[in-house]
Amino acid sequence: MASYSTNEFKGGLKVMLDGDPCSIVENEFVKPGKGQAFNRVKLRNLKTGRVWERTFRSGESLESADVMDRDMEYLYNDGEFFHFMEPETFEQHQADAAAVGDAAKWLKEQDTCVVTLYNGAPLAVTPPNHVILEITDTDPGVRGDTAQGGTKPATLITGAVVKVPLFLEIGETIKVDTRTGEYLGRAKED
Amino acid sequence: MPERSSWQPSAPLDNLRHRAYLLAHIRRFFSEREVLEVDVPALSRRATSDPHIDSISARCSGETAYLATSPEFGLKRLLAAGFGDCYYLGKAFRNGEAGSRHNPEFTMLEWYRLGWDDHRLMIEVGELLSHLLKISRVCSYSYRALFLQELGLDPHRASLQELKDCGARELELSFEPADRDECLDLLMSHHVEPRLGERDAITLVYDFPASQAALARVEEDEQGVPVARRFEAYAGGMELANGYWELIDAPEQLRRFEADHQYREDNGKSVYPFEERLVQALEHGMPSCAGVAMGIDRVVMLACGAERIDEVIAFPIDRA
Repeated sequence: MASYSTNEFKGGLKVMLDGDPCSIVENEFVKPGKGQAFNRVKLRNLKTGRVWERTFRSGESLESADVMDRDMEYLYNDGEFFHFMEPETFEQHQADAAAVGDAAKWLKEQDTCVVTLYNGAPLAVTPPNHVILEITDTDPGVRGDTAQGGTKPATLITGAVVKVPLFLEIGETIKVDTRTGEYLGRAKED
Repeated sequence: MPERSSWQPSAPLDNLRHRAYLLAHIRRFFSEREVLEVDVPALSRRATSDPHIDSISARCSGETAYLATSPEFGLKRLLAAGFGDCYYLGKAFRNGEAGSRHNPEFTMLEWYRLGWDDHRLMIEVGELLSHLLKISRVCSYSYRALFLQELGLDPHRASLQELKDCGARELELSFEPADRDECLDLLMSHHVEPRLGERDAITLVYDFPASQAALARVEEDEQGVPVARRFEAYAGGMELANGYWELIDAPEQLRRFEADHQYREDNGKSVYPFEERLVQALEHGMPSCAGVAMGIDRVVMLACGAERIDEVIAFPIDRA
């Protein structure tokens, strides 16, 4: 397995630390004029999402992590696993709830997600930035109130709850930003 | 940093103009004080002996030569020859030092004052930095006082275990520090230094641990503890200068060169030929003096409000 020395550390490099795959966020070279050289490194643990800060002696190295991001189509959830497929090879992967995490509430069948593979198995799932989902439950719409800007909670077909304008009804489809959970607008009919 | 094509300077032109103004200001400061500018070799057959600084080597007429990591040896040979107060303002080179505050090729100001000790020179360092940075407040603390204040620990008397425990408490380390100096370097650079200068002042720190004397004299402090008569200047949480009441004792100089040499060998670092002509100069006799080296790129960073060294160097290493 390849390894990287502190002087090769840069943002986005995937390395193993304490047995977990991590992505380097920041690498700062610290050296007192007359003292020893260190590298103060911020790393995101790809399993937990937590950011670690760690100081290395300059010249120390870390093993590279076998981590890669792949575009995959979300197929279905069998109650235990979420199934994804690579569009080119039709190879399928199953991810457990821990790997999917918060992305679960945005996953709609046939949408393309980024699946992060670690040693070939799904480690994390990133939904598309924008998804189009149907409202399955919300209070009745209030007609003629489009200008006032009030909001109400609406439950979407995937289970996510977002704030929507008062005039929207059950059965309508809307566009949502998955990074912020924000309502972006009514989906265009196509 | 905005993206720029690689032929272009990484630094905004206004920062480079301010840099020119500061360099002129430095030369005027010394001219008014009758300290003369001198040039010493940037390319030498001898290299640094510093345990933690690596030289860049080159080939010159079939021989190995080294780019100077500081002008110190050349300046001291001039002092021993009787030149008098002098300074160097030019390039120094250190292998592997690159980051937001380091570039392998950088601009160093180094000057010497005959008959002065470290405390007298600290006053002048404060004056120059006040002029250049437009900061009027200058404070000074002993290394011990600073560690007591920031960490509740006496750096000279604490045991190795206490230093290691303090490091483990304050920092996330991937390794166990090997010795006292590694613990102290870690605590100083990660914990103490970032807090120096937050209050808009120039901070001078003096009386370093004797084990970090480099080329400074070692004397007992008021508590009877041997300390290095060495000081550093900080501002904006950044180290700017390092000065000594200079060692002028030739046998002690030779002993330190040999010890540094041994340290480098034991730790698997490149070993360079050390500057025996400095030992000869001290044998001849160098006047008692104090000297200091200042990183000018960092001074320009603070004066321009820059976050990174490549905002004040036209063509840093990745564009050089």
